[in-house]
Amino acid sequence: MRQSDFRRLSLILLFAPFALWILLLIVLPHIGMGVLALREKVAPRVYEFGFGNFLEFMHEPIYWNTLIRTGSMSLLVTALALLIGFPIAYYIAKIAGPRSRGALFLVCLIPLWVSDLIRAFGWILLLRETGVISSALQAAGLIDAPVELLYNDATVVIGLVYTVILFMIVPLVSTLDGMDNAMIEAGYNLGGNGFTVLRRIIIPYAMPGIVAGCIIVFMLTAGSYLTPILLGGKYSSWFTETIYQQFITRYNWEGGAAFGFLLLAFTSAVVWIGLKLSRQTLAGTVAKS
Amino acid sequence: MKIGKLSAALLAATMLTATSTAQAETLRLLTWGGYAPEEVIQKFEEKYPDIDVAVTLSNNEEMIAKLRATGGAGFDLAQPSHDRIYAAHLEYSIYKPMDLSKIDTSVMEPKLLDGVKANTTIDGQVYAVPHQWGTSGLMADKSKAPEIKSWGDLCDPQYKGKTSMRLRRTILLGTAFAMGEDPFAAYADLGKYQAILDKVVDKLIACKENVKAYWQGGDDLAALMLSGEVVASETWDSTAYKLYSQNPNIVFVPPATGALAWIDTFVLPRKGEADEAAYKWINFVLQPEIVKIMSASTGGTAAVKGGKDLLPDDKKAAVNAAFTDADMANLKFFANIPPGVEDMEGKALEKIKAATGG
Amino acid sequence: MTASSEFDLECEAVSKSFGPVRAVDEVSVKIPSGSFFSILGPSGCGKTTLMRMIAGFEDPSSGDIRIKGRSVVDVPPNKRNVKMVFQHLALFPMMNVYENIAYGLRCNGVGKAEIGRRVTDVLERIALPDVGERQIHQLSGGQKQRIAIARCMVLDPDVLLLDEPLGALDLKLREAMKIELKLLQHQFNTTFVYITHDQSEALVMSDRVAVMNNGRFEQIGTPQELYHRPASAFVAGFVGDANRWSGRVVEVSNPHARIETSAGLSALCALGNGQKLRPGDRVEVFVRPEFIRAERLNGAPTPDGNGLTGTVDSLLFNGANSRVLVRSKNAELIEADVTLTGGADDLKPGEAVRLSWSPEQAKCFAAEAATA
Repeated sequence: MRQSDFRRLSLILLFAPFALWILLLIVLPHIGMGVLALREKVAPRVYEFGFGNFLEFMHEPIYWNTLIRTGSMSLLVTALALLIGFPIAYYIAKIAGPRSRGALFLVCLIPLWVSDLIRAFGWILLLRETGVISSALQAAGLIDAPVELLYNDATVVIGLVYTVILFMIVPLVSTLDGMDNAMIEAGYNLGGNGFTVLRRIIIPYAMPGIVAGCIIVFMLTAGSYLTPILLGGKYSSWFTETIYQQFITRYNWEGGAAFGFLLLAFTSAVVWIGLKLSRQTLAGTVAKS
Repeated sequence: MKIGKLSAALLAATMLTATSTAQAETLRLLTWGGYAPEEVIQKFEEKYPDIDVAVTLSNNEEMIAKLRATGGAGFDLAQPSHDRIYAAHLEYSIYKPMDLSKIDTSVMEPKLLDGVKANTTIDGQVYAVPHQWGTSGLMADKSKAPEIKSWGDLCDPQYKGKTSMRLRRTILLGTAFAMGEDPFAAYADLGKYQAILDKVVDKLIACKENVKAYWQGGDDLAALMLSGEVVASETWDSTAYKLYSQNPNIVFVPPATGALAWIDTFVLPRKGEADEAAYKWINFVLQPEIVKIMSASTGGTAAVKGGKDLLPDDKKAAVNAAFTDADMANLKFFANIPPGVEDMEGKALEKIKAATGG
Repeated sequence: MTASSEFDLECEAVSKSFGPVRAVDEVSVKIPSGSFFSILGPSGCGKTTLMRMIAGFEDPSSGDIRIKGRSVVDVPPNKRNVKMVFQHLALFPMMNVYENIAYGLRCNGVGKAEIGRRVTDVLERIALPDVGERQIHQLSGGQKQRIAIARCMVLDPDVLLLDEPLGALDLKLREAMKIELKLLQHQFNTTFVYITHDQSEALVMSDRVAVMNNGRFEQIGTPQELYHRPASAFVAGFVGDANRWSGRVVEVSNPHARIETSAGLSALCALGNGQKLRPGDRVEVFVRPEFIRAERLNGAPTPDGNGLTGTVDSLLFNGANSRVLVRSKNAELIEADVTLTGGADDLKPGEAVRLSWSPEQAKCFAAEAATA
């Protein structure tokens, strides 16, 4: 009896921080945001319940376009992060020796050692018209006038890929690490060439890691703020910026909250479609890695 | 309603980067970068050893958002611009009236004091007093863009890809003036103001091609100008003055239609807990020797009598290089923002930002 | 070429060095078609490296490997008709059984209908006709084993390599699989090259066994040859159980030598194959337990040959393979096979016994060979 009471108490104590975290930092703010999103402002200090904030989004193509833009650029970033991250992860997990593996992981971690802001400024120093790369190219005689590499979508994509690639590499390394080398050798032994082994054995085996990495990277990218704002040019709008504008510049918390929910719904829908297409489950991918 | 308050509080909890706990002897200051230099805080704490000063740096929009999130709690003294008080208070009830008898208003420049009072009197009570003032206008590298005179010149094709602006309300208002409109006059009739805004939006979308990038902050702008990547830009005068000391070719240019003048004020948040300390701070920073330190740090001009004379020498030179007496007479003080205007302007800015141009 | 095609696999002076380490050292072997050939050796002897060279995962430092008479040294692993059953089988967990078996056929560009036919056929031959749709994790250990073999055999390989595939199974299943592997080999009539460190697996299944040590083949022969006529001290010690003594040659009288062990036992023993010994040489002597007769001391006359007396230390009962541990007067422990029927005749601990064996069954080898 005493023993079971004690066990129950320790269970509660262990569970409490998690429950509090979920409740206070996730559930309650979302309820608050939900309530906020469903309030329509009719006059100063006068609000009514309604879906007007969501309807405004539907009726205004600039919000739609920005959301679609954010979504498609995030997908592009995810795809690039996968394309670049997969060989890196493969190298770390399968080719590098155990000693260099730690060092390689650290190298991948470096972008996370500095804040978003510093990282973005680093890119700005490198890429601006009078920046390091442009000057170096001029000095090398490859170009004869300064070239602007900043303030465009390509820069945003590069900056985002750089920032998020670690989140692609880590789950990939952990799944590839669990793969018996003999499986790859068996793939060759049974007559497969490099491409077949990659397509039929390595990629299907790594699928949970690939999907987990893609989900994390996509969510991070779609929800990122500083990198697209600082590296993006005059035509680069990002949905988080729209949300910020609603909250801060327009004092329109109701609209901002509604937009926040729309972003959440949109990214969740993309992830759901991705899971369906790859025939994976959330439990089998993100939860595992 | 209760849930609304709760949610607002929770939002605040997630949004605030620094929340200070209430202590009687702490003065929690919500202000602009440079408005509470370490030296001034030190001198203040020497004089009032029982008061600690805690500073949170912010800007107009975020100040109001923070105060709105808590219903005016969490800070004891805030410094929004004079046009951000009236409507914000009407909408969100975030400030409390000031007791002018506790402030030595005699040292203040009467014109500015009266202006702020006129703008921030609600139900017969005054909510703010002036602290620093300055202008927004244009900045140009004389050697490369000598012909910059008006807001509209930023869209001059001969500077294509070499101008910049900040996508905030200043450029909307400036452009409206440059198009011959008077946006402040139109505040009384929001329908008319919307018509002006529509025109401004079209103009600025057409101008997008000409702009290299929209700057986000002072450092950003400074780097663009100093590197020569941009030759003319919308600017705060303080940024222009700073750059003048590094490159005398870069000067502040008051636009032909008049530089837009702002006054940063002192206000008491509605649930501030250290009003006495706040009054002490206000009086303290209005002393001439403190004004001198402050002006060197803020880049603005103190709203005290003879404030211009208390500017550091290099800044005085920059101001003299920029302003003639006629320019001074032509200043356009930002008018009070009536409820609803921020939303209209915000939407206009979103349209400009989202436009893909051609 | 026709002359050499009676051998499915030939290695000629194959060597492999990893830096200063010589993992495989001048190995030559010819494996006849359709035979079950085992490579037996302790871990680290180079057998896995040799197998990986045959499969193409490692390149030999020197020497030549021929399959069906054609050199494959420059042929990539996926182009060699040598298939391999891996130690942990390496079945593909993301494919079902059918897909696993069909994988190799697909790689070879076999048509869909043909794949279906051949997969069904091979599943029938391994007596698992209905498992095609199963997932790998739904199979038992023995079934996985058979699928792994079927996955290779469906491709009709010239040689099937098996890398200790029974290692992960429990004892009972391992015993059953030994027999099954042998049967499968007969059924497919393909050359099996089986790698193991377990001498009983090698002896039971193989037509011929190569004993490998330190990168070299010590002896190649049938299981009986290895067991009864070991060519070296290493083979004598590694294959089967043996009592092992070290000692010194007292006198040589071909084909026998009299030796004295370091514990003071004097015995006559047969010279191992090709051994040339002189008095004073250090030797290792091996006597298998089943050739030692243990009898209760009863005053009967001592027979000719080798013998000693001692007391029973303990009985190791294991059915038909029961043994007795005898402590000799010089405190050495000697194993001898006995029959324990459970009757009153059985030896008991503490009884005095006499051990005897014929000199033919005691093999001695120069000690250098053992320590090399």
